[in-house]
Amino acid sequence: MALDQSFVGRTYPPTEPYEVGREKIREFAEAVGDTNPAYVDPDAAKAFGHLDVIAPPTFVFSISFKAAREVIADPQLGLDYSRVVHGDQKFVYTRPVRAGDRLTVTSTIEGIKSMAGNDILDVRGEVHDEAGAHVVTAWTKLVARAAEGE
Amino acid sequence: MATRIAYDNVEIGTELPAGTFPVTRETLVRYAGASGDFNPIHWNEKFAREVGLPDVIAHGMFTMAEAVRVVTDWVGDPGAVVEYGVRFTKPVVVPNDDKGAVIEVTAKIGAKLDDNRVRVDLTATSEGKKVLGMSRAVVQLA
Repeated sequence: MALDQSFVGRTYPPTEPYEVGREKIREFAEAVGDTNPAYVDPDAAKAFGHLDVIAPPTFVFSISFKAAREVIADPQLGLDYSRVVHGDQKFVYTRPVRAGDRLTVTSTIEGIKSMAGNDILDVRGEVHDEAGAHVVTAWTKLVARAAEGE
Repeated sequence: MATRIAYDNVEIGTELPAGTFPVTRETLVRYAGASGDFNPIHWNEKFAREVGLPDVIAHGMFTMAEAVRVVTDWVGDPGAVVEYGVRFTKPVVVPNDDKGAVIEVTAKIGAKLDDNRVRVDLTATSEGKKVLGMSRAVVQLA
């Protein structure tokens, strides 16, 4: 099943803001077993020069991928989400995500390819804070595996 | 941004302290809740087998989160990580027993960049198989 190439280059309106909470960061850090004090102790974070506790580097994926899922759910694109696996993931940070941030994500479909029956989709999510300043860009490569018999 | 590692004190090839990260079914349930990723391939073995997997597998993003701990534990300030990317090459299969699986991570300095930054090249394996490829972080040092 080929994806609709006309989606390449499409940028979607920014999401509603996601407010980053201290306890959500703590929950995430505990879930990955990471005891770095910068995630839970505001004084430790400040000693590193941050305004409040910061989030682990991959925390922002929950926010960027929610935005990406909304754009790839468009039936006209033709992606079979039940066959999708995560291919690559990359983040480039201007600064770490921190408690109190109100983040919006602007998603762009950067590329659509077909290789050996697999559909490959590249989505970029630009994450900005409430002041409009860039925080991090997330690149997500999704691979929809070919259906059996195709 | 503060870090305890000085750029002048690292060389290409310098190894970071390695990390060993256990992952059980309980770990995956906890990560599902914290991350909001409730895909049943990460907790329901019947579903996982129906879609062609050998068993329940860890979230790729969980493995990515564990691997970078080798970098953040080394550098101290997690905010020193300015870039981080991986390729998910093989799933981490997590059996429903007392032991689960183990993710083993090693890292070394791959390149010294401008502005006191270094590229750290990571390897992550589970059961002897490489689970992350092209795994690299760019880190701001002092």
